[in-house]
Formats: sequence, C-alpha cells, structure tokens
Amino acid sequence: MEFTVQDLIQALLPGAIPAPVGYPLAAILVAFAVLSAFVAPLAGVTSWLERRVWARMQSRVGPNRVGPQGILQWLADGVKNIQKEDIIPASADRKLFLLAPYIVFAGFIGAFVVIPFGSWLIPADLNIGILYLLAITSLAVVGILMAGWSSNNKWSLLGGMRSAAQIVSYEIPAGLSVLTVIFLSGTLSMQGIIQAQGWAPQDWFIFYNPFTLVAFFMFFTSALAEGNRTPFDIPEAESELVAGYVTEYSGMRFLFFFFAEWGNLYVIGAITTTLFLGGWQIPATIFGVTMAEHPLAKGVLEFTVFFVKSYLWVLVAMWIRGTLPRVRVDQLMAMCWKYMVPIAFVCLFGTIVLLVIWPDGNPALSLATLGFTTLVLVYFMWRVVYQIMHSRPELYLKPYV
Amino acid sequence: MSEAAGSTGLHTEDMTLNVGPQHPSTHGVLRFVVKTDGEVINEAIPDVGYLHRSIEKIGEKCTWHGYVPYTDRADYLAAMFANQGFCMAAERLGGVEVPPRGEYCRVIACELNRVASHLIAVGTFGQDIGAITPFLHALRERESINDLMEEICGARLTYNYLRIGGVGYDIKPETCARIAAFLDHFEPIVDEYNRLLSNNKIFIERLADVAVISKEDALQYNLVGPNLRASGVQWDIRRDIPYSVYPELDFEVPVGRGERGTQGDSYDRYYVRIRELLESCRILRQCLDKMPEGPAVAKVARKFKPPAGETYVRIEAPRGDMGYYVVSDGSEYPYRVRIRTGSFTAMSIIDKISPGIMVADLIALIASLDVDAPEIDR
Repeated sequence: MEFTVQDLIQALLPGAIPAPVGYPLAAILVAFAVLSAFVAPLAGVTSWLERRVWARMQSRVGPNRVGPQGILQWLADGVKNIQKEDIIPASADRKLFLLAPYIVFAGFIGAFVVIPFGSWLIPADLNIGILYLLAITSLAVVGILMAGWSSNNKWSLLGGMRSAAQIVSYEIPAGLSVLTVIFLSGTLSMQGIIQAQGWAPQDWFIFYNPFTLVAFFMFFTSALAEGNRTPFDIPEAESELVAGYVTEYSGMRFLFFFFAEWGNLYVIGAITTTLFLGGWQIPATIFGVTMAEHPLAKGVLEFTVFFVKSYLWVLVAMWIRGTLPRVRVDQLMAMCWKYMVPIAFVCLFGTIVLLVIWPDGNPALSLATLGFTTLVLVYFMWRVVYQIMHSRPELYLKPYV
Repeated sequence: MSEAAGSTGLHTEDMTLNVGPQHPSTHGVLRFVVKTDGEVINEAIPDVGYLHRSIEKIGEKCTWHGYVPYTDRADYLAAMFANQGFCMAAERLGGVEVPPRGEYCRVIACELNRVASHLIAVGTFGQDIGAITPFLHALRERESINDLMEEICGARLTYNYLRIGGVGYDIKPETCARIAAFLDHFEPIVDEYNRLLSNNKIFIERLADVAVISKEDALQYNLVGPNLRASGVQWDIRRDIPYSVYPELDFEVPVGRGERGTQGDSYDRYYVRIRELLESCRILRQCLDKMPEGPAVAKVARKFKPPAGETYVRIEAPRGDMGYYVVSDGSEYPYRVRIRTGSFTAMSIIDKISPGIMVADLIALIASLDVDAPEIDR
C-alpha cells in the first residue's frame, strides 16, 4: 500500500479551482494540519519532558501544575507567550528581525517532509531525501545569523557568529557520516535507506561494521552540535552571552526559536534512527501473523517502533544536557576539525574498503560489532548500578529530620 | 578605542562589550567593560560600586550591639564570619573574654557557614561553565545547612547569631547530633560531586591552564584565602594568626598543586575549595567532640562602651582574609568601622589576568575568584 501526502493533497483539491492555485492552498492546509496536530504537541511535550527529566536529575520536581503531572505546561507557556508584548528594539533591522524566527522555524519544519514514520507514512519520499534534509536543516543557521545581526546587540551578534561557525563546521563530519550510510544503502531516499536495513540489530547500519559504529557516534555528536545542544550550546550560552542570538526577542518570536530547538531534538533522533537504527523496520511475521495482511496494524507498529527508537535519542540528549558542562568556542572548533572530520573520513574509507572485500556485508563482522557494543553497554550499566548501590549515600533532602 | 591592522591589512576595531551589571554570570551586580577582538579579550576593566550600602558609615550611627545585624549584610553568603570579625574587634576593645563554649559554638556556626558558602562557590562555578545539575546538587546540600542554621539561630541567611561576648543561643545536644548526621551524609556527597563535575573531561579542559595567577602576582595583588592558596601560598589566618579555638583543632591548609595543569589556574582555585569543604567537615567533627560545658555568652553590659582605642582583627572568611578596623572613642557608638574583604582585592587582578583570554574564560575567571558583589562594595 503506497500512500503519500501528495495523494492527500490531490484528494483535497477542489475540482472547480485550477491546480496551480488549488495545489498550494491544499498543501498549506495539510501543512497546517500536520503542524498543529503532530509537530506542535511533539515539540511541546518534549519541552515539558525535558524539564521534568532534568528536574529529576537535579533533585527538583519540575512543572507539575498544569494538567496531570504538568503535561499541559507547554500549552500554558504558549498562551502566556502569545499574550506578551512583541518588542522590537528601536535600532534593530526591523525586517530581518521579524523574519528570522520564521526562517529558523521553516528549517526545522521542512525536515518533517522526508521523515519516514512508517513504510507508507511519509509526507514525501524524495529520491534525494537525505540531501534535502542536510540542506533544509542548514536553513536554521541563516535564521540564527539573521537574528544575531539584526538585533543590533553585541551578545546576539556573538551568538550568531558562534552559531554560524559551529553549524557550518559540524556539517562536514555529519555529511561524511551520512555518506558512509549512503555507500551502504546505495540510495539517497529515506525509505530506500531504511529498506536496505533489517529489523534485527545486526542488520542495522550502526552495527554493519566497526567503522559505521564510529560513524554513528560522529553523526550523533555533530547533530547535537548542529542542534545547539549541550555540550555544544555555545550560541545561546546563557552564562556567557546572556541568551545569545535570542537576547532581544520576546513573546511568540522567542518561543519560535525554542519551538524549533525542541522540535529539532526529535528530528535529530529521527534522522539517526533512519540512517543507523533500521528506522521503522519490523519482522515480516510476528507470532505467526504475516504483517503484510494487516496493513493498519503494520502501520501502527511501524510508527511505534520508529517513534520509540527516535525518542530514545531525545532522552539521551536530555541526559547529556543534564550532565555535561559546555565547551569553549575554540575547543569546539578544534574538536570538529582536528578530531571529528579525520575520524569521519577514516570511517568512510574503512567502510569503502570493507565494501570492496565483502560487497554484501559480513554477518560475522556485524554480529561481532553488535556483541562488542552490547558488552560496552552492559559494563556501563553495571558501573552505574555499582555507583548507585555501593558508593552513593542514601539521598533524601533533609538527612537529619 | 584602539585600532589594529591585521596581517591582511584589513582595518579592524575592538568591540566594547558591557558585561553586567545585569549579566547572568556576574554573581550580583558587577560590571566589566570588556574590549574584545572577536572572542579574545584585550582588556577587561572591572567597575564596582553597584551594591554599595554604606555599611561602614552605618556602623558609626549604631550602638555596638546594634551594629552586629548590619554586618550580616556585608557578605550575606558568609554572614557568620562578618559577625565574628566585628564581635572579635569589639571584644578586644572592651576586654571581654568569650567563654569556651561560646567559642566552640562560633566555630561550629562559622564552619557550617563556610561549607554553605563554598557550596555556592563551586555550584555557581559549574553553572558558569554550563553544567546546571551540579549547581542544584550543591544548593540541595546547602538547604540542609540552612535548616541546621535555622535550628541554631532561627535564621537561614542573615544569621545575627554572634553577640559581643559569645553567641546568642547555645547549640543544643540534639542539634549537635543532627550536625554530625549531616556530616556523615555530606562527606560522600563530595565524592559524588567530584565524579559529576570535578573529574569531568570538559570541565577540566575548560579550566586547566586558564587564567593562571602566579605566586608572585597573587602576593602583589593581595589575593587572600582560597585564591591565594590556589597559587601555592600556604597562608591561612586560622593557622598563621590563630584566633578563637582554632589552635586546638587539627586541620590542613590545602594549597593548589596544579592537579590538572599549572599551579594557580582556574581549576586549582576550584579544587582548593572542594578540599576545604572536607577540611571544614573535619574541623566540625572535632568541635562537636570537644565542646565543653558552660555558658555560651559572657556577661556584657547592655550599654557596651569599650574604652577609647583602635584595633584591627583578621579572620579567615570563605573569601579569604576579612579584616575589621574598629576605632572606639569610649562612647556607645563605634567611632569608625572599616571592613576589608577578600573579594575587593580579587577584583583588581582581573584587569591583569584577562588580556588574551576568551570571553568564556573571563566568566570562568570571575567564577573561580568567587567574588561576591555585596562583599566587594559593602
């Protein structure tokens, strides 16, 4: 069953209106529906979840007043911010200042066009999907630079310049890691990349060979840097640059930047899942049931698998943010150009060499990579448990009461 | 504005940045006028005075007893020490002998306060480097200390606990037990804090070899307390010009050893404070063991009128050598009170160290000096 948003838009086209006018109208309608029904709650709930997860790490409670466990906090924040005055500094470059949040937002929302939520649940399966993704997510840097420059504030300017340097630099290791995957899949289409993988972990590209495992970490790190996440959140480093490029923004425009940031978290997870973690792939038969015979159940299951896998990385990003300090701008650049770019190159060439030796992959190598990763994970979890059980004092807020 | 022609012949200008007074990392209302070339600082001039409350002048208008609560405000993160400095000066002028139990109560309260103050210092340090979690973990422990303080003297921040001649309230045995329980809880927390922040690779990279203050500079610029010790000078008023019951206690004076880089770098200034946390715990345990019975406060006339004279008292506050120069003309009011604080001198070295470091390093430098705006301006 093939179904794309293009079909939906076609179906919505009113017959009386000529296609050149009607098609964009219908497209806007669909985009608006998707935006308000899926992306806005996703970014909003992510913001709430981040605050809750973070609060737990910091012995706090976090927002818990609006709705059950505070899950509607994001709505309250949104309503509050819409009511706020939209301040435009007198000396700002008015047009650019007004435009910048939307450019950042467009860069983030555009990414959803090619994110495959299931075998038939993708807005548009472009044949240059991943290339489009790299291009459209870079749009954010234009908006950030615009915001930094047009605010006519030195902190904003510093933030914007940092952001430009950072995002442009980290495109390279990210692009090289993506290239590694493209060599394996032989296609740029997001669906094609997922179809080249299997449902089992040893069939995922992350465990294809040791080089792709490293490429995965290179990609995730670069993606964090491109998404301005801790430890790479130097463009909005609140202890140094006040609020970086958003210093002069208020109300809804301010919210748009953070909307994009929290939404981007999910986009990072989704791209990572697509490229390395088998995307929505599920077994063809589960408990003797052939999935192809139940398209709806298959779709729901695929969506769930994809969503869980990608949201896992959102949680990892939150965890990292709760743990690590921020790097300095020169250290950030040194890390990118001195370490990550060469390592990503090595991964790319290593994968090419292994592809020449085993054109169809080597199952033993994949299993060995998977086993190694599992061992590392088990050791890590054991260490965490050990620290909690053996060396951590019992923690309660008032130890002597 | 200085102008420089780069190697490319391009005409460039320094950018003047106004850091503060409402900047998130200036710990109160400090202001720095910073000239930068991109991210690199050419000059950073501190501008102090935004939090001046004339505490010294108020001293001339208050009775001796009445001035003690004002000293709380001289450094609200370590109010106990500001109390103690003034009380010791008044006692020395008036020839008042503090009973031993009173001295022990003072040291217990002060060392608890030192732990609280250092927790703020290392916590905000983490926050300025970008790690928010350690800050809240430090504040969580500080809340416990605040609760203990509330139990000791009824206040959580500006204690007004010390009196001329002793302390306001005796520390009860059950409070002592709770302090001991807190120490049992707190000492392993320091290890956890080290795992979370001090041994973090990014944190070390950010601080090691950054803003190094040499031994000579530290002495020339009159740094005191942990900042001086981090540069390798083993100098602690508690040990070298002993006061109160410190001579009876066994403790070490940690100095910067250049653990992760050069001696006197930002990391040393951070780590000296972590080690002082543990030393304070050690002092507290000894005090709890040795506490003698007896009254906690000496009989002091309500209309306290010390004979005319002057004195200078030095104590080791969390931000270093805190000095009270108090002059009495034999009346009910001090003739002059002058407070010397560690943060004020620490501010002067920023001008010297800052050229060549980056904007982010300036924040680390300010945080590592642990300057505290109310203490700078008084």
